Amino acid sequence: MRLEPRSEVSPVRFILAPVAAVIASLLLCSGLILWSGASVFEAYWMMLTGSIGSSFALAETLSRATPLIFTGLAAAVAFRARFWNIGAEGQLYAGALMVTFLGTGEINIHEGLLPPILFMGSFAAGSLWLFLPSLIKIRFQVDEVVTTLLLNFVMLLLVSLLLEGPLKDPMGLGWPQAAPVLESAELPRLVQGLRVHAGLIIAVILALLIWQLQIRTTLGFEMRAVGLSRNASQFAGMRVGNILLITALISGGLAGLAGYSEVAGLKGNLTLDLSPGFGYTGIVVAMLAQLHPLGVIGSAFFVACIFVGADAMSRSVGVPNYIADVVVATSLLCMLVSMLQIKYRIRWKS
Amino acid sequence: MDWFEILWTTSFWVAAVRIATPLIFGTLGELVCERAGVLNLGIEGIMTLGAMTGWMSVYMGADLWTGVILAAMVGSLLGALHSMLTVSLGLSQHVTGIGITLLASSLSYYIYRLVLPEVTSPPRIEAFTNYPIPLLSEIPWIGEALFNQSPLTYLAFILVIVVGLVLYRTPLGLAVRTTGENPSAVEAQGMNVIGIRTGAVMFGSALMAIAGAFLTMSAFNAFFFNMVNGRGWICIALVVFASWHPGKALFGALLFAAFDAYQMRLQQVIGSAIPYQVFLMLPYLLSIVALILISRRVAIPQALMIPYRKGER
Amino acid sequence: MPGPHLPFLKFPPVVPEVLSLKNIHKQFGNLHANHDISLSLKRGEVLALLGENGAGKTTLMNILFGHYVADSGEIEVSGKILPKGSPKASIDAGLGMVHQHFTLADNLSVLDNIILGTQPLWNFRLQRREASDRILDLGSRFGLDVDPNARIAELSVGERQRVEILKALYRKARILILDEPTAVLTPQESRTLFKTLRQLLEEGLSIIFISHKLAEVLEVSDRIAVLRDGKLVMEVEVSKASENMLAEAMVGRSFKMPIRKEVPAGESLLDFDKVSVLGPHRLPVLEQVSFSVHAREVVGLAGISGNGQRVLADLISGLQSPTSGQVCLYGQPLKRFHPREMLRQGVGRIPEDRHGFGVVGDLNLAENVISEVYKNPDYSKMGFLNLKNRQKFADKVVQEFDVRGVKNHAPVRLLSGGNMQKLILGRVLLQNPKLILAHQPARGLDIGAASFVYERLLEAKMQGCGILLISEDLEELLRLSDRVLVIHRGKIKEAGKAGSLSTTNLGLLMAGRQADAS
Repeated sequence: MRLEPRSEVSPVRFILAPVAAVIASLLLCSGLILWSGASVFEAYWMMLTGSIGSSFALAETLSRATPLIFTGLAAAVAFRARFWNIGAEGQLYAGALMVTFLGTGEINIHEGLLPPILFMGSFAAGSLWLFLPSLIKIRFQVDEVVTTLLLNFVMLLLVSLLLEGPLKDPMGLGWPQAAPVLESAELPRLVQGLRVHAGLIIAVILALLIWQLQIRTTLGFEMRAVGLSRNASQFAGMRVGNILLITALISGGLAGLAGYSEVAGLKGNLTLDLSPGFGYTGIVVAMLAQLHPLGVIGSAFFVACIFVGADAMSRSVGVPNYIADVVVATSLLCMLVSMLQIKYRIRWKS
Repeated sequence: MDWFEILWTTSFWVAAVRIATPLIFGTLGELVCERAGVLNLGIEGIMTLGAMTGWMSVYMGADLWTGVILAAMVGSLLGALHSMLTVSLGLSQHVTGIGITLLASSLSYYIYRLVLPEVTSPPRIEAFTNYPIPLLSEIPWIGEALFNQSPLTYLAFILVIVVGLVLYRTPLGLAVRTTGENPSAVEAQGMNVIGIRTGAVMFGSALMAIAGAFLTMSAFNAFFFNMVNGRGWICIALVVFASWHPGKALFGALLFAAFDAYQMRLQQVIGSAIPYQVFLMLPYLLSIVALILISRRVAIPQALMIPYRKGER
Repeated sequence: MPGPHLPFLKFPPVVPEVLSLKNIHKQFGNLHANHDISLSLKRGEVLALLGENGAGKTTLMNILFGHYVADSGEIEVSGKILPKGSPKASIDAGLGMVHQHFTLADNLSVLDNIILGTQPLWNFRLQRREASDRILDLGSRFGLDVDPNARIAELSVGERQRVEILKALYRKARILILDEPTAVLTPQESRTLFKTLRQLLEEGLSIIFISHKLAEVLEVSDRIAVLRDGKLVMEVEVSKASENMLAEAMVGRSFKMPIRKEVPAGESLLDFDKVSVLGPHRLPVLEQVSFSVHAREVVGLAGISGNGQRVLADLISGLQSPTSGQVCLYGQPLKRFHPREMLRQGVGRIPEDRHGFGVVGDLNLAENVISEVYKNPDYSKMGFLNLKNRQKFADKVVQEFDVRGVKNHAPVRLLSGGNMQKLILGRVLLQNPKLILAHQPARGLDIGAASFVYERLLEAKMQGCGILLISEDLEELLRLSDRVLVIHRGKIKEAGKAGSLSTTNLGLLMAGRQADAS
């Protein structure tokens, strides 16, 4: 088998790539659905209606998509610079912790200032949690994949420790959870009675900002150049080390904001199960979007549909809702092959 | 008992060897992959799927060793998938590995849920029982620790020797090692780089799956969620710590496991003065420290993570 | 020393030709790497293959060894046809190659590198002891002493080459091909190598010796074949050959191209004063280099690749700093070596590797055009890019430098080599640099694009620039330069004013010999 570079880049192929990947993964996973005894068509139909078939479902999907936009952006920004930040999960919790420190009334902060302070604080917390692995990578050339991953586990233990100790909600009936955030810190719901909240607006705005950052600013330009060719960037005079560090900090901060959004917008307080793997799913979201910030909005929505739809599916046709994780993981692998097809033609003879 | 006396108890060393076993399998497996030049980040997921497969086979009526073999086969299938994407197609080893971990983990949970839809506490199986080796197990202190363990632990020890011998003393091992250093040298001799890498990754992944199977079929006797809990990533750090040598991998795994066993007992001794989470964090932090310490002096396989495109010169 | 005696009398000749290439043809896209080449090698002889970089020697050897398949033509080894495209078949037929760039695994031992692939994959044991004995035996027989247990990373270049030769001998090679073997050796090591070669010949081996070093070729070979532009242009017995004849055949003569005008040079722009750079293994890559480049002159640096040019270029590009010595720009000593600093000082750089260092292949044209200037106030303010000005600059480059094949927003890697080089040239020249480093500016370009590049460089010179032109192409050097320097093994010598130089003399200097007085 041989790979032959294509002589031109077709925009059609570019847009179809994620679509092809998703269709391929849905087809591949239909086997698993059959195994559970359900009808494939019925199952996927339930998934569709359960995610966008009613205003309630749509609101659920949007609220599920919100943290995914944040972590998707975090992965997209980092991966574009070929900086493999797999620690978004831990950075998310770091942000959530900061919100809990600052936003539950322990510290006296003026009401009006609370939201921006929480915003900046959770961003800073996420950045900080990624700072150590970045430094280790730049100084010691230790692969950031392993360090960011291991720190995820450390952060979860830290949260558990704090939730059982100093941050424990005195009115929480003994459950390990933190005190709820103050009302002034809450992100308001967008629609009465539905769970979609202002975090979504923040996420979309950030996606737009990042997009503009990448297109219009010198920093965005540097980040893209460094990610695509470190040699040529350095030759052209860019300070590659600094650019990588800034990229890492932005990425970590975005993931931290996911924590802010979940605590202050959805759940109201920090619990150990705040994130069912948003950090990791964010990676798939980013790849499906081909690392484009606007694309992240779309692919986050799509992935949220899969998860919310799978919950509905499992309730009605009895397919375990883990099917969502399988579909999402398969999409990632199919997407990699799809992206290859954009640049290369696969020839089966040598 | 004080913190120092823990080291002298037999039960401590027994626990250390037991805890080391999945780490030995996992580190060996990853080591073989990386020696051939492929970083296999699917290890965490493959261990999970191996754990589930082995356990499930026994739950469905198979005997223990069949369960282990099935787990190994599932592992090598995942290895084949990884290899097809990264070696044959040259896709990013980082992203593919994460994808395989996500896929294998989610498959484990899905299939488990499918077979056991409504369980509140995970059902148990008849796990491996310890098999004391006659005579040797009667040696005071280390006899208990080394020779009164699960048969899978003995397998782990044997594999360390076998992998070491194959890697360093056979033509196959030489070919694998050279593939990880300079694939052009291998290609120049007319050998198939892709075939060698695929074989190595499949074998390594089989070992990773057995690591997982050990957890559900020997250390514990049930499968629960988040069972592997980062052991896969720790193995990746251990491979670097071991400088890609099987012997050092064994040593590293034992050292690490000893540390882990120690902190568990230390908790009981110190009591609630320090929260238990601090102790649980230590293995991960220790791995990071180990990586930093070793990073300077290590001779990494030179072609690790560089996809080989035939004919590109 | 006259050619070796012919030992083939010891072996009853079955066929006099031990290797025979017939009408070999190989094309890569539009490039004819090998055009209808027919060569033969007699038993027990040394055939030298001469040619400049890009003449087609490496392609031919890759075909012999099965790494490439020839588009047409046949190869016979001792009368039997050689199967195409199989390295194994070539090895089994008795072909052994000592590569210019060693195919060795640094972290493994000498022994392991040699025995790789010689024992069946499914054998239980690597027969190390027997192999080690054989290696030591071969070593002492041919004067190739090496410790089988040493790690390659610990060996000197000369020792590594011995390992490469042993690799071939261990596989019972009867035809040994050495690709630029003395390019990386000291004079003493070269002597040792020749002794070894004589011993090999006495044992009945036949040798192909690829080189551009005229003196060595005349010393060691029986016959000499010269390749140029993919064709075989000369085949001659050593007794009938001379260095002048060979140099002329290698370089050839052709083209009508832009003509340079001689103008008085201006002030000194770049001064190297006893600059040395130490490379890996602490060996000097540049040794006490001193020269200067003035305004309104083109200084050409001639030399075979691998003699220190890359490090020199990296210094001027700001990618590296010297170990000792001083570099002055416009009379002021340069303290910081960073590409950004060089750009600030008005140094324009055309890199040797346009794909890897000259452009970011996946970015589009406009983005590549401003990659060096994006921080200037014209192109960005307070961190925001001025997209309008960027586009204007890009349009200017495209128009004034005739860059073709541009589709809006398409990645730049899709451009042809010539157009990519014009882009780089435009980007550099439109910044009005004072000093220009042009490293192989016309490599791989067709005549039209090359001519364009030359014209623009000469224009820049007339407008006051000083240009350092690093090139292996003697034609190019003599066409453009006012003065010529030659670099050989990290040392630089003045060759003189271009007008008074002949290609043959230059060829001799590049090979490390003294020029003729005339």
